[in-house]
Amino acid sequence: MSTTTIKPSGGPGGKPARSALQGAQLPRWSPYVIALGSLAVGCGIGLAAGLDSRIQWGLIAAVLFIGVSYALATTVEGGRQAKDRLATSLVWVTFLMAVVPLASLVYETVKRGSEVFSGYFLTHSMGVVADDEPGGGVYHAIIGTLQQVGLASLIAVPIGVLTAIYLVEYGRGKLAKAVTFFVDVMTGIPSIVAGLFVLSFWILILRFDFSGWAGAMALSILMMPVVVRSTEEMLKLVPNELREASLALGVPKWRTILKVVLPTAIGGITTGIMLAVARIAGETAPVLLLVFTTPLINTNPFDGAQGSLPLYIYQQYQSGNQAGYDRAWAAALALIAFIMILNLVARGIAHWKAPKTGR
Amino acid sequence: MAKRIDVSGLNAYYGSHKAIEDISMTVEPRSVTAFIGPSGCGKSTYLRTLNRMHEVTPGGRVDGKVLLDGDDLYGSGVDPVNVRRTIGMVFQRPNPFPTMSIYDNVAAGLRLNGSYKKSELSDVVEKSLRGANLWNEVKDRLNKPGSGLSGGQQQRLCIARAIAVEPQVLLMDEPCSALDPISTLAIEDLIGELKERFTIVIVTHNMQQAARVSDRTAFFNLSAVGQPGKLIELDDTERIFSNPSVQATEDYISGRFG
Amino acid sequence: MDIPTDTPPKPSPVRDSTPSTAEQKRNARGATRPGDRIFLGLSRGSGIALLAVMAAVAAFLAYRASVALSDNTGNFLTTFEWDPAGLSTDGKPYFGIAVLVFGTIVSSIIALVIAVPVAIGIALFISHYAPRKLATPISFVIDLLAAVPSIVYGLWGAIVVAPNLTGLYGWLDDYFGWTGIFSYEGGAPRSLMTVGILLAVMILPIITNVSREVFLQVPKMHEEAALALGATRWEVIRMSVLPFGRSGIISASMLGLGRALGETIAVATVLSPTFLIQASVLDYGGGTFAQNIASKFGEADEYGQDALIASGLVLFVITLLVNGAARLIIARRKEYSGANA
Repeated sequence: MSTTTIKPSGGPGGKPARSALQGAQLPRWSPYVIALGSLAVGCGIGLAAGLDSRIQWGLIAAVLFIGVSYALATTVEGGRQAKDRLATSLVWVTFLMAVVPLASLVYETVKRGSEVFSGYFLTHSMGVVADDEPGGGVYHAIIGTLQQVGLASLIAVPIGVLTAIYLVEYGRGKLAKAVTFFVDVMTGIPSIVAGLFVLSFWILILRFDFSGWAGAMALSILMMPVVVRSTEEMLKLVPNELREASLALGVPKWRTILKVVLPTAIGGITTGIMLAVARIAGETAPVLLLVFTTPLINTNPFDGAQGSLPLYIYQQYQSGNQAGYDRAWAAALALIAFIMILNLVARGIAHWKAPKTGR
Repeated sequence: MAKRIDVSGLNAYYGSHKAIEDISMTVEPRSVTAFIGPSGCGKSTYLRTLNRMHEVTPGGRVDGKVLLDGDDLYGSGVDPVNVRRTIGMVFQRPNPFPTMSIYDNVAAGLRLNGSYKKSELSDVVEKSLRGANLWNEVKDRLNKPGSGLSGGQQQRLCIARAIAVEPQVLLMDEPCSALDPISTLAIEDLIGELKERFTIVIVTHNMQQAARVSDRTAFFNLSAVGQPGKLIELDDTERIFSNPSVQATEDYISGRFG
Repeated sequence: MDIPTDTPPKPSPVRDSTPSTAEQKRNARGATRPGDRIFLGLSRGSGIALLAVMAAVAAFLAYRASVALSDNTGNFLTTFEWDPAGLSTDGKPYFGIAVLVFGTIVSSIIALVIAVPVAIGIALFISHYAPRKLATPISFVIDLLAAVPSIVYGLWGAIVVAPNLTGLYGWLDDYFGWTGIFSYEGGAPRSLMTVGILLAVMILPIITNVSREVFLQVPKMHEEAALALGATRWEVIRMSVLPFGRSGIISASMLGLGRALGETIAVATVLSPTFLIQASVLDYGGGTFAQNIASKFGEADEYGQDALIASGLVLFVITLLVNGAARLIIARRKEYSGANA
């Protein structure tokens, strides 16, 4: 059978291909060129039409990129390849859509935050500064956040780790199933609901005052399921052979868990706890309801209102003047830096302590 | 409907590891060619280079020539999608699309290649299922999911799916290794019928199977673990199993190693 | 669950050298040694404590909510006002959640409509499109996106994003204003649409991460089946990856929805707190459950706080249902894929 009698298998290209296998293809560099071209045209239209929002420029460019690639591919490569190219360009565009907000957020926070961010800002409170005056700092808020997060961790970490041990090492039957399910559901509790809960029983029923401790209780509710989940994952990674080897030596189960299982998984557990801390350190809603706020330094989390870093940002923003905005951005920079450092260190530990499995 | 494959100087790599080295052979149209050899000798890798499936594996790379009636599969401007459409493949484990019905499984390849009329599509589905000796078993439940069939039926469904698009060549990668003896027999009978229409290449671990179904047999071997696999000899099946020209082939056939 | 003590004892030499299986079982359950008993008690107690906390949350919220609802002169579900102090009704509390239900649902739907396709795109990008060297750093970037606190999102949304949306809203008004939904009178775009866009960015990571996990689990052989038929990359995704991942995408979206429903401070920062329902999603105003609690809490007296708790209870129940459903879908999918593996 000769080549010419075989029906072409590609799309309805209609062009005499040199062989049945060769379909007309756009050159490899074409997506890059189309992308650059669309970007240029998008900015051009934006400038010419006087569109003041970069979001519009970007959207024009994205639509152009997708449209032009699809049209070119349809004419050159045929329908199926064009659809494939359309999917590819869409996927790339969505990826950029995720990167742009993050980049913008980091850029704006660093740029605007560095206006008043300084050693002075970190080491002074708002005690003698009116809301619309420049100056002042976040010292009291940092103290408050550290104490509240610390107290929350003191409650949540033991309960969370022990629950995970129960689920992995002992758990069976209905209780374990219920705990597993509700841990998952608890992950989804809105933070404001946790705040309302502590408000209802601690403040409205037991008649205690607002305090850092009240906030810490709400934060611990948000932290527990995260700790349980991550610890559980880590404990499951500990190979069964280790447990069996220890049990075979006649070591009681609880000592096996304490001396063999936990030390093996400790790196991953630490990572999980640090990520949980990072998560609650940025929580505003429960703190808003329970810690109230004060511009003064209060180092006793059990007595009276305290500051808090996320809450500080909210209030400085609400003050609605430039000095407040500047302080809000600077505090946001401090908070993001703190959380990102926690994240990076946590992942560093995970990387460094990772059990050497084949994964 | 069937084409000749000419391979010359073919090497395939996984990253920096060379899996097969310098293979040259001709696969005759309308015949069954079996690849045999010890595990790890690269026969499955080689099979996957024949329809450009090897490069799907991360790090997979090929150099050399594979000519399908003179057209180089690895030539510039060749779309691997067209290659795979022209050279069908059946895998070691039956892999019907789990979310599709039996009918949709067979029609899947056709639907990719443009619009068909409903009656046209039904005709092709029936023809392909008949071709795969499966029609009588499934004609009453074409709308049931393909994953509900037995392993042997699933594998024949996969064959029906592969032949529905009328490929030039059918590659089979140990198609019976996951099946029981009765299903294996059904597939072997089917291969005998299919070779009237297609060029068939089959990788098998089972030497009796190679002897039963193939017209020509290629023996692959590797000099040591970690070394690339090589083609030792290719000849008529009868000759390979009775009077091979290379000592290693005879050792392998007679069960002295491998 | 694959718990070590659960598995039937295999006749392995290691197992044989331990005490009898019966004793081992007793150790696992009742525990004979004091140390074991204490440790089991502690860990099981923690699990129970966790359940107790959940029950307590529901119970206390319900109790305080009932206090508030018993004095409410409005219909809690249909009243358009939020006036627990009774400023306009001679001191009789008059409040309802109609506006909050509307605002919460509309903003969450906008968030889902934007976030789900984008998240699926990113998940596919990581699992099937990105060069292998890029995939890990991208996952890391997505994780960082998840780690940004919501107050920072709020600040960024209010000061950076919102002013940039006026142009876009003008467009929408020009072309789709006739629908009523997209009419825009100008002014600060502190609207449900802006909230939805911001929420979309915030729930992107969770939807992306869950979908990506599912896409990566698609068995190689299903993808190869499509490839061998001559499918393009997109066709492989359409034939093998998306059908396999469908339930995963659904549950991921529901997890994202749960997060969007309960988001408080970012919404409170961006949304102009005007308690009203309007057809246009672009004009400022509206309210969500969580945002309303945060914004009204400052000036609420004790009864006002109880009223807010009542609305919080509704939010709690809704998120509980949404998250529970999502988890059930995931759990069922696990069994299903396990049986097929």
